[in-house]
Amino acid sequence: MEGKRKKIKITPIEHGTVIDHIKKGQAMKVLRILDLIDREIDSIVSMAMNVNSSKGKKDIVKVEGKELRNEEFDKISLISPNATVNIIRDYDVIKKHRVELPERAKGIVRCKNNNCITNQREPVETEFEVIDEDPVKLKCIYCEREMVGEEISENVI
Amino acid sequence: MSSEFKKDHVVAIDDFTVDEIKTILDLAKKMVPIAEGKEINTDFQGKILATLFFEPSTRTRLSFEAAMKRMGGRCIGFARPGTSSAKKGETLADTIRVAAGYADMIVLRHPQEGAAQLASNFSNVPVINAGDGAGHHPTQTLLDLFTIREEKGGISKNHIGIAGDLKYGRTVHSLTKALSMFGAEMTFISPPSLKMPEEITDMLRREGIEFHEAEQLDGTLDDLDLLYMTRIQRERFPSDEDYQEVAKSYHLERKMLENSKDDLKVMHPLPRVDEIKPDVDETPKAKYFQQAANGVPTRMALLKLLEGV
Repeated sequence: MEGKRKKIKITPIEHGTVIDHIKKGQAMKVLRILDLIDREIDSIVSMAMNVNSSKGKKDIVKVEGKELRNEEFDKISLISPNATVNIIRDYDVIKKHRVELPERAKGIVRCKNNNCITNQREPVETEFEVIDEDPVKLKCIYCEREMVGEEISENVI
Repeated sequence: MSSEFKKDHVVAIDDFTVDEIKTILDLAKKMVPIAEGKEINTDFQGKILATLFFEPSTRTRLSFEAAMKRMGGRCIGFARPGTSSAKKGETLADTIRVAAGYADMIVLRHPQEGAAQLASNFSNVPVINAGDGAGHHPTQTLLDLFTIREEKGGISKNHIGIAGDLKYGRTVHSLTKALSMFGAEMTFISPPSLKMPEEITDMLRREGIEFHEAEQLDGTLDDLDLLYMTRIQRERFPSDEDYQEVAKSYHLERKMLENSKDDLKVMHPLPRVDEIKPDVDETPKAKYFQQAANGVPTRMALLKLLEGV
């Protein structure tokens, strides 16, 4: 009975990508990081927030008909380091990937320091060194200001 | 001459190793007679230095220009952004690319943090950071270290007091990092609201550097080999009274030095306002004007090493 209910809440998809174990409340940010909100795509994108799991509450994002590439989903690690990405074909998980923090985050997050040169009209992408993993801590390679937690998710480009 | 000195640009003092800093200071020492006009030097004949100052700075700009000219080179540039195309909306990246086409080296002072790092990405000639907002000012630190070495015969075996605004002062942060590389003992003297940031004191603890913290100049001076004074700015305090109340305990006057060590030296990056009374100037302990003059040989050495001449 329990299993049946779960299926109703989170329906399986035939082909595509399921991003699971997203930190509670971060699903919208994941959509933004993956550029799934404004980009013209044919896929149906759905999300579930505040889902019960064995490790507490989590968010889930599903992208139907589209298999995300590694460089896309590793960005998710900046706001949700424990997320997993499942690539689905014919209702089967053919690849399960735990997101990995990149050494550098380029062009994903804006620097929180308003007086940083990257917040001016200059032809550069922002770039951060990942200096800590749990919690994720970023250091701007330009102004050297450090960002952590909400500061990162609030500044996702 | 500088095959071991491999730097394309100078952005921050922590880009250097202790050995590289020593190389710069050794060469600076040799440049002193040229900086003082006692020897003629033409190493930079036919070379051009661009000094791009998007923010005014008298000492830094003049000492770079003096350094270049004493070595036979020439300078182009601007001292205020109003006279540059930045005012017309040009990006810093474009200004740098253009200047790199005119000059052999670029000195940049800019109000935004990270400006020098960005400039180095767009320049095929060396960029030297002459201050980027609240960020770095590595040549100030180099001339501070040069002064300490000249006045004290070395850097590491000193007890150095650093007083004033230790929270916001970029000069003191860079200096503290550099002194820690050399292993000097430090005492930080500041009002509680302007204490040295924790990320720096944590770094000192990790490195095993001996340091102390105090809230008054009085009572801390007698053990010091060197006192580095900085200005406390009015805008860091909610009211004029608050500022006056705090600032007066960081004003150094001659009588406070009565029990200090005979060879104590007093430094200050200048400009000073009230924090060192003029009666200190006449004592042999006052070294801040010499410190400013040391900017010329130090910057000469850096220019030479970067350009490889």
